[in-house]
Amino acid sequence: MATLIIAEHDNQSLKAVNLNLVNAASRIGGEVHLLVAGYGCQVVADSASKITGVGKVLLADSAVYEHQLAENMSQLIVDLAKDYSHLVAPATTMGKNIMPRVAALLDVAQISDVIRVDSDDTFARPIYAGNAIATVKSLDRIKVMTVRGSSFDGAAEQDLSVVIEVVDSVYDAGISNLIAEQVVQSERPELTAANVIVSGGRGMGNGENFSMLDEVADKLGAAVGASRAAVDAGFVPNDMQVGQTGKIVAPDLYIAVGISGAIQHLAGMKDSKVIVAINKDEEAPIFQVADYGLVTDLFVALPDLADKL
Amino acid sequence: MKILVTVKRTIDANTKIRVMSDNSNVDLNNVKMALNPFCEIAVEEAVRMKEKGDASEVLVVSIGDKACQEQIRTALALGADRGIHVETEASIEPLNVAKILAKVVAEEQVSLVILGKQSIDADNNQTGQMLAALTNMPQGTFASEIQIHGDKVQVSREVDSGLQTVELAMPAVITTDLRLNEPRYASLPNIMKAKRKPLVMTTPAELGVDIKQHTQLLKVEAPAERQAGVKVASVAELIEKLKHEAKVI
Ligand SMILES: Cc1cc2nc3c(=O)[nH]c(=O)nc-3n(C[C@H](O)[C@H](O)[C@H](O)COP(=O)(O)OP(=O)(O)OC[C@H]3O[C@@H](n4cnc5c(N)ncnc54)[C@H](O)[C@@H]3O)c2cc1C
Ligand SMILES: Nc1ncnc2c1ncn2[C@@H]1O[C@H](COP(=O)(O)O)[C@@H](O)[C@H]1O
Repeated sequence: MATLIIAEHDNQSLKAVNLNLVNAASRIGGEVHLLVAGYGCQVVADSASKITGVGKVLLADSAVYEHQLAENMSQLIVDLAKDYSHLVAPATTMGKNIMPRVAALLDVAQISDVIRVDSDDTFARPIYAGNAIATVKSLDRIKVMTVRGSSFDGAAEQDLSVVIEVVDSVYDAGISNLIAEQVVQSERPELTAANVIVSGGRGMGNGENFSMLDEVADKLGAAVGASRAAVDAGFVPNDMQVGQTGKIVAPDLYIAVGISGAIQHLAGMKDSKVIVAINKDEEAPIFQVADYGLVTDLFVALPDLADKL
Repeated sequence: MKILVTVKRTIDANTKIRVMSDNSNVDLNNVKMALNPFCEIAVEEAVRMKEKGDASEVLVVSIGDKACQEQIRTALALGADRGIHVETEASIEPLNVAKILAKVVAEEQVSLVILGKQSIDADNNQTGQMLAALTNMPQGTFASEIQIHGDKVQVSREVDSGLQTVELAMPAVITTDLRLNEPRYASLPNIMKAKRKPLVMTTPAELGVDIKQHTQLLKVEAPAERQAGVKVASVAELIEKLKHEAKVI
C-alpha cells in the first residue's frame, strides 16, 4: 500500500496545501510519494523532498506538463498508478480538473473533498454545501480522491531530503492547448493558506471600496476574500470567491464585511476558528455563525478598525 | 453543430436540508426540487450558441427517475430542442452517469457537451471530467467564457490563481462556472411550447451500460453546529475581544 500525491505548484514554488495532503495521506497508512509534474520545476521537487513523511519524490519535467493540462496529466498519472493503492490531489481547481479524469480512465470512482480519513478505504466528505457529512467506503482497488487541505494540519519540513526519481514518460494528447493565462498577482498571503482573512460582500458597494478592506488586511497580514455577489458584480476577480463553489477556507480569524451569510458562503468559511461579522442588518444570517458581531455601517466601521489596529 | 446539455434534478439552491434521524441519508421529503443551477447556466449557453448561429440543435439529457422529466421540460422551455430521459431509480454515481452520457454522445454524434461543473446536492464536480476521459475528448472545466472558432473551441476557465484560456479540438466537453452567463426565465408561451417538444425515454440497459457500485454510503451526519456568539457595541470592543478573549490578533 502506497499513496501518490499530485503536488500543487506553479513550476516555481510548492504550495502550502501539499503539507496538509501529506498529513492526510499519512493517516491512510503506507508510504507517501509526491509527484511533481510540470516544466522547469526542479526547485519544486527539491522542496517536496524535504517534507517530513514523504518517502520519495517523482519528478516529471516536460513542456507537456507545464500548465498541468488534464488531458496530458491524467495519462501520466494512470501510467504511474500501478504502483499505488491511493492517488490523492488537493481539492483545488487543479485537483478537481484532473482527478476525475484519472479515475474514469482507471474505471474507479473519485471521492471528492475528503475532510476526514477513517481508514484506508473509509473517508468523510461534506455534501449539500456542508450541511451534511457523508462517510463513504470505497469498493475500488485504487482509491482516487481529492482532499480538502484546510481540514488537515500541515506536515513539517526538514533539512534532510529524500530521493527524487525522474519520470521520463511524456504524454501529449494533442487535443488541448493553453493559449492565455491571467494570474492575479498579490503581495498578500494566499486565501487558502492565510491565518487571517477579511472578506467583502455586496455591501461593499463597488470595487474601489475594497481598498478599505485592504487597509484592515494590511494591519493584520491578512488575505482578502469575497462573496459570490461581490465577484458577480465585478467588484473583484473570481479567484477571491469563498464558498461552496469557490475556495474553502478555515483561518484562525475570518472577518465578513457586508456579507449576508447565504448557505453557499457559509459552506466556504464556517470552519474558521473565530468569525467576526460586520453588517448593518442585525437579522443577517451571518450573525448566527459569528463569534463576534458588530451591527453597524461598514463604511464607518472599516476606517475605524484600520485606525485602531 | 449539435450540442448536448446535461441537466440534473437537485434540491433548490435556497433550501437547507436536514439529516435523517437514523443517519442513513439526508431527508428529501417535501424538499423543493429544481434544475441544478450550473445546468441552468449550461442550457442558457447552448441556447445562446444556437441563437448566434454557432449551433444547429440543442439536445438535453437527464438521468434519474420519472420526476427528472420536469427538469428536461424546463430546459426545453428555456430553448432546448429535444430531450432524452434515461430512466433509473437509483441515484447513481458520477462514473455511471458519465458512462451513460458517453453512449448518448456516441449515438448522437454531438460536437460539444456542456455540463454543470458541480451538482449542488452531492457536490461531486466529476461527471464532465469523467465523460471527457471515457470519450477521449478534451475538457474545458469551470468555464466563464466560450468561443467557437471553426473546429476548435476556446474556453476561459476560472482557476484558483485567476483565469486561464485553453483551446480544445472539438468534439469537446465543457463544464460551466457561475460567471458564464445569467440564465433567462422561461416565458409562459415557451413553457406551453415545451410540452410539445420531443422527449424520448431510454434506460441504462438499453444503452448497454451496466451500473456498478463503486462506493458505499455508510452514514450521513449533521456537521458540528456553531454557536452564535455575542454582539459587540463598538470597534474598540471588538479589537479588545479579539486580542484578549479570542487571542487571534
Ligand atoms: C449554485 C450557487 C453557488 C453559489 N456559490 C457561492 C459561493 O461559492 N460563495 C458565495 O459567497 N456565494 C455563493 N452563492 C451565492 C449565495 O447564494 C449568495 O447570493 C451570496 O453569497 C450573497 O452575497 P452577499 O452576502 O455579498 O450579498 P447579499 O446577500 O446581498 O448581502 C449583502 C449584505 O451586506 C449588508 N450591507 C449592505 N450595505 C451595508 C453597509 N453599508 N454596512 C454594513 N452592511 C451592509 C446587507 O445587510 C446584507 O446582509 C451561490 C449561489 C448559487 C445558486
Ligand atoms: N443524473 C444526472 N443527469 C444529468 N446530468 C447529470 C447527472 N448527474 C450529473 N450530471 C451533470 O454533471 C454535472 C456535474 O455533476 P457532479 O459531477 O455530480 O457534480 C451536473 O451539473 C450535470 O450537468
